Amino acid sequence: MSLFGLKFGKKKLKEEERQLQANNRDFNLQFEYANNTIKTSKYNFFTFLPLNLFEQFQRIANAYFLFLLILQLIPQISSLAWFTTVVPLVLVLAVSGVKDAIDDFNRHKSDKHVNNRPVQVLINGMLKDEKWMNVQVGDIIKLENNNFVTADLLLLSSSEPHSLTYIETAELDGETNLKVKQALTVTSELGEDLQKLTEFNGEVKCEAPNNKLDKFTGTLTLQGEKYALDNEKMLLRGCTIRNTEWCFGLVIYAGPDTKLMQNSGKTTFKRTSIDRLMNVLVLVIFAFLALMCLILAIGNGIWEYDKGYYFQVYLPWAEGVNSASYSGFLMFWSYVIILNTVVPISLYVSVEIIRLGNSFYIDWDRKMYYPLNDTPAQARTTTLNEELGQIKYIFSDKTGTLTQNIMCFNKCSINGKSYGDVYDMSGQRVEINENTEKVDFSYNQLADPKFAFYDHSLVEAVKLSDVPTHRFFRLLSLCHTVMPEEKKEGNLVYQAQSPDEGALVTAARNFGFVFRARTPETITIVEMGETKIYKLLAILDFNNVRKRMSVIVRSPEGDLTLYCKGADTILYELLNSSCESLKEETTEHLNEFAGEGLRTLVVAYKNLDEDYFQDWIGRHHEASTALEGREDKLSELYEEIEKDLMLLGATAIEDKLQDGVPQTIETLAKANIKIWVLTGDKQETAMNIGYSCNLLNDDMEDVFVIEGSTSDDVLNELRNARKKMKPDSFLDSDEINIQFEKSSKPPKILPDEQANGVYGLVITGHSLAYALEGNLELELVRTACMCKVVICCRVTPLQKAQVVELVKKYKKAVTLAIGDGANDVSMIKTAHIGVGISGQEGMQAVLSSDFSFAQFRYLQRLLLVHGRWSYIRMCKFLKYFFYKNFAFTLVHFWYGFFSGFSAQTVYDEWFITLYNLVYTSLPVLGMSLFDQDVDDRWSMLFPQLYVPGQQNLYFNKVVFVKCMLQGIYSSLILFFIPYGAMYNTMRSDGKAIADYQSFALMAQTCLLIVVSVQIGLDTSYWTVVNQFFIWGSLSVYFAITFTMYSDGMYLIFTASFPFIGPAQDQRSQKEATSTLTQETPASDQHPPLWLCLLPSAWLWSTHYVWEKHAAKITFCHNGNVFTK
Amino acid sequence: MKNKTSCLPREGEARPSRCPDNSAFKQQKLPAWKPQLTIVTVLCTFFLTGVFCLSVGVCLILSTNSVREIQVDYSDKCSDCSKLRENSSNWDKECHCSVNFTLKEDILGDVFMYYGLQNFYQNHRRYVISRSDAQLLGRKVNVQKSYCAPFTTYQNGTPMAPCGAIANSMFNDTIDLFYNLNSSLIQVPLLKTGNSWWTDKNVKFRNPKSYNLSSAFAGTARPPYWQKPVYLLDEEDERNNGYVNDDFVVWMRVSAFATFRNLYRRVRRIRQFADGLPAGNYTFHISYNFPVTKFKGRKYAILSTVVWSGGSNPFLGIAYVVSGTAAALTGFVIAAIHLKLRKKKTYFQK
Repeated sequence: MSLFGLKFGKKKLKEEERQLQANNRDFNLQFEYANNTIKTSKYNFFTFLPLNLFEQFQRIANAYFLFLLILQLIPQISSLAWFTTVVPLVLVLAVSGVKDAIDDFNRHKSDKHVNNRPVQVLINGMLKDEKWMNVQVGDIIKLENNNFVTADLLLLSSSEPHSLTYIETAELDGETNLKVKQALTVTSELGEDLQKLTEFNGEVKCEAPNNKLDKFTGTLTLQGEKYALDNEKMLLRGCTIRNTEWCFGLVIYAGPDTKLMQNSGKTTFKRTSIDRLMNVLVLVIFAFLALMCLILAIGNGIWEYDKGYYFQVYLPWAEGVNSASYSGFLMFWSYVIILNTVVPISLYVSVEIIRLGNSFYIDWDRKMYYPLNDTPAQARTTTLNEELGQIKYIFSDKTGTLTQNIMCFNKCSINGKSYGDVYDMSGQRVEINENTEKVDFSYNQLADPKFAFYDHSLVEAVKLSDVPTHRFFRLLSLCHTVMPEEKKEGNLVYQAQSPDEGALVTAARNFGFVFRARTPETITIVEMGETKIYKLLAILDFNNVRKRMSVIVRSPEGDLTLYCKGADTILYELLNSSCESLKEETTEHLNEFAGEGLRTLVVAYKNLDEDYFQDWIGRHHEASTALEGREDKLSELYEEIEKDLMLLGATAIEDKLQDGVPQTIETLAKANIKIWVLTGDKQETAMNIGYSCNLLNDDMEDVFVIEGSTSDDVLNELRNARKKMKPDSFLDSDEINIQFEKSSKPPKILPDEQANGVYGLVITGHSLAYALEGNLELELVRTACMCKVVICCRVTPLQKAQVVELVKKYKKAVTLAIGDGANDVSMIKTAHIGVGISGQEGMQAVLSSDFSFAQFRYLQRLLLVHGRWSYIRMCKFLKYFFYKNFAFTLVHFWYGFFSGFSAQTVYDEWFITLYNLVYTSLPVLGMSLFDQDVDDRWSMLFPQLYVPGQQNLYFNKVVFVKCMLQGIYSSLILFFIPYGAMYNTMRSDGKAIADYQSFALMAQTCLLIVVSVQIGLDTSYWTVVNQFFIWGSLSVYFAITFTMYSDGMYLIFTASFPFIGPAQDQRSQKEATSTLTQETPASDQHPPLWLCLLPSAWLWSTHYVWEKHAAKITFCHNGNVFTK
Repeated sequence: MKNKTSCLPREGEARPSRCPDNSAFKQQKLPAWKPQLTIVTVLCTFFLTGVFCLSVGVCLILSTNSVREIQVDYSDKCSDCSKLRENSSNWDKECHCSVNFTLKEDILGDVFMYYGLQNFYQNHRRYVISRSDAQLLGRKVNVQKSYCAPFTTYQNGTPMAPCGAIANSMFNDTIDLFYNLNSSLIQVPLLKTGNSWWTDKNVKFRNPKSYNLSSAFAGTARPPYWQKPVYLLDEEDERNNGYVNDDFVVWMRVSAFATFRNLYRRVRRIRQFADGLPAGNYTFHISYNFPVTKFKGRKYAILSTVVWSGGSNPFLGIAYVVSGTAAALTGFVIAAIHLKLRKKKTYFQK
């Protein structure tokens, strides 16, 4: 892909502006626009091998082994047969290569499938079936219902009135609700008249291909007139046509230029801290390797000078070697080859396999499956598992993450009267529960049976035809952008872009103001059983700046009315002065609602004067067709008409907490995880949710609220908070302050500070903007990170990402962001780990996340069970892996001192080849896929078990050094015990057995038994698979060894298998030495094992003592008997 | 905590549920043995290990102590011989020397005679590879292509048989043992065959096929340091000649260390030696051919008996005793720690 990009880039200059003409291929061809063929595959049959190998050798480990291979081909240096490196390298390359090949084959298949989809293209006045790949820019194509959109199209006309086209964008952004696109009036006249369509020769000028899904600017020139084009007229590739019989479109971008393709393939690569540590360690090992080789090379120089020179009688120096120092130099490289196994080639491959396996466990977990919408948990990134066991900060969205994002119309205030609470006879407020009597909506045929409301007085008011109440619900049924779907008579389903809107329209529906149908110019509602058609004159749509929307309608009676709903802060500025007293009452109600954690909106209306409106609508039309500054002109007009509004009341929508959220938060808090909630809600709402889900509670010493509106205020508030939490932190003697003073630059990483109690912090978006600036940043981090809970309210998506970035920058901690909506995407992408909740608000968050599931409460299982296990498994794996390679390789080092530093290996070359690949790979894989130190129930019951992961205790540099020392110790034992045992010794039949081959066999057998025992000691969960892998590997070792050392193999491949004898000489020697009793040297193979058990036994015992200790801690914490 | 999740398929659902399988493997619930460390098991393991190692160690030490061994360093005993051998041009001059020693007690049982070499780096990488296994199998091979260099061919192109540094440096002293009985010398009967490994003698080494040995080796020459060609290594015994000569086969099994001993002869248990070597004075008669002084090496003649655990090397027994002691000590330390912790815990609970 990149190669092709390069080629195209060279061939033509970067496209500045796109110009094309409909139905004019010759014209369009001169620009050499890409056609509609897509190619996501990387290789073809011939390029696969070279390209794939080239890519693989860019990895440092593979390149290193290539380098070794080249070294081995130099005869003066070669100390090992070529196959010791080639076999593992080829295997690793083959595994990755096959994986790449399968991936690419699948891509080829899907490319082919997509490229060959049929579509109807208008050619020479005829509709012809063509393959997708043959579609060119400037072609006019016809799409039918449920078709995929072929390329990025300009919508020309459709079967629906006003050339509306409904599309679903699930494949593009994951959202499943329908969206409407509308063609220009001038093109919608073309209809399905092929004649006209063929004659259509509009010229389009637009921007160059880009990846912005929500933006498009261009102009259409038709018969000398210019028309503005925007995103509303575009059908993008990846969408599906719905509810539209047919439509025609003009291809603007095709194939690789489409927005879908421009968006793909840019995944930011996240790496875990273990990855980074591993890279550092590999470098350390390289240095260690160089050091060992240097020592041995110097040793060789001295030896050759002191002894080898005289030993030349029997062993002349190799050709070309004429001095001891040159021999030492050559020996350096020889030892690089021999000792290369300290850097294990299979490390990276094994790590990938383990992560993949542990990701599958997440996918497979039934306890993270949500049956209600049939959603299993999903590990979308398979390379981050172990980091799940190290999370210290969770950044959570509120709506849809902590809450269900299922909005219920809960309360309202109409004309100064509050509805929604239930009172008993004595006027006492009653808690609403399952037994509370629901309002009976049976008088309304079209009511939604799922809607529940408990306050009967509101129904009474509706039935009594109270004017403000009717107006209130009429407004709710008119002022929105919801689409109705009525597949069956009376069975209404609303397609709402935001769940709040849906809740309001549903409420109105139940109270007798049923929104039934919508055309671009009318809205049909059934008012108390009577169908009325309102003329929709204008929609003053919602955006984040206006925070309100309005409609202007003409009732069947001919009245002109503007209905408006929006945020209280905005709408209160626009009210008519006559509503002052009502405003006060409503404000009171609003505060009450917000205090209960409800989402509020204020609604208002205004009757319009006919003449004024005609004037306004004229100007509106003008503005909406303007080519320049259209947005500004429109918003000016909107502001002009949206004033002097009459207050009607307010709505309160409840967003229910998801199941198990408080418990989950409590568990996570016990696991020492700090939770930050970042929400767009009001401060009161946010705090209230904080209390109801156990984030904030009365046990807290204090909850600080930062709401300063200047930089200084914010600084003071932050400092005061810190003063209260940790007065010492202002002393000069404080660690961090000393750091500050020492260096002029701000310190990179702040250490954790401990507050003198449990605190919470609430900060508003406004103050946050100041706090995120320059020097306040540090103050914010210091203060906020001391608090157990931080709630940021009224924050923008960008601020969410900034907050995460801030903590990432100053704290050495792993962060996790969890959210469900498009506004959480930036935060999810910024954090070390992003979790998406596949909920109501579309799929964008999930698509950019690393892990996804349906309910917030699954987070505790993801972290405390899967994360913890993955982390522990990975750490155990790395510890063991480094250990076994050190124990394996360093034996050569010690042997060097006894073999004239001649790069003689201890083991048979085949053993070296197969050790990492066959003999020891499966047992450790088995452990890292199945091991459980405690089962999932215990991890959930004792969240404290999560803490060591956060502190990175199980694998770090210290642990690595310990592994190394253990490996060195084992290798010493593994060399010197066989050395001592075989030195000048003989078999019980008198024959000497201190020969090299016997020694090699004994050393390698001991090594294998020792590392197998070690894995046995490390394994705490022995499944059948573990048993099979461990015993199987040992048996395979013996089987292969006996086969390779057999007569037959020797006679056939004399040069490759010279190790005949030591393994099987014992069984056949009877006839030769019949007089002498015999004993196999196998008895000699036990002692090193027993001695090597000692380090393990030591570990074992300390482990035992530690576990006792840990049990005691748990005991004290919980007052439970830890009976494990 | 809601651990129970029911995976009931939804009603009226056409597509299959995405609910994961409820298999033990996928739910990570595979039945498993979870070894629990308790104070009892840990202490038992340590003490049992300790007892086992100690008893094995004691047995080994006792048995190795019963081994009788006589080692004679003769590298300097015949100083004129060692001087003579330092100059390689004297290769064809014979040099004999005798070394006397006395046995205070009888050595009963099988007695083995070894030669030992010190500081001889048979485990040097270039030495270890300097052989042609195919040639030793009696196959016709081009030794130029093997690792035998520089001992492959003479300048005139005649290949060496056998080739390589190992073969060339073969130990070629002859050692005879004489028993001085009443001032008369009785030669101790020695077995020169049956000293090599069975696989070596029968599988690994074969003479080229021909009607007789000298014709089989026609066209080859002896290695430069040898005094006679390979087909004359043992003229008396056809089955001990050529590549399958026991002395040669034993030498070709290179040692793992720079100090080593190889089995040279076995005492044949007949006549007065039927029970072993009786006490008395003995003499080694050595034909001194193998130079060691040049590379500061030493050579020994060794007589030894064996027991079930092998020779006189006490290392194994000591290693077992040490590990046994260490394991037992560890056990005691753990027991002490445990008792201390338990006391503290009861104190804490009060």
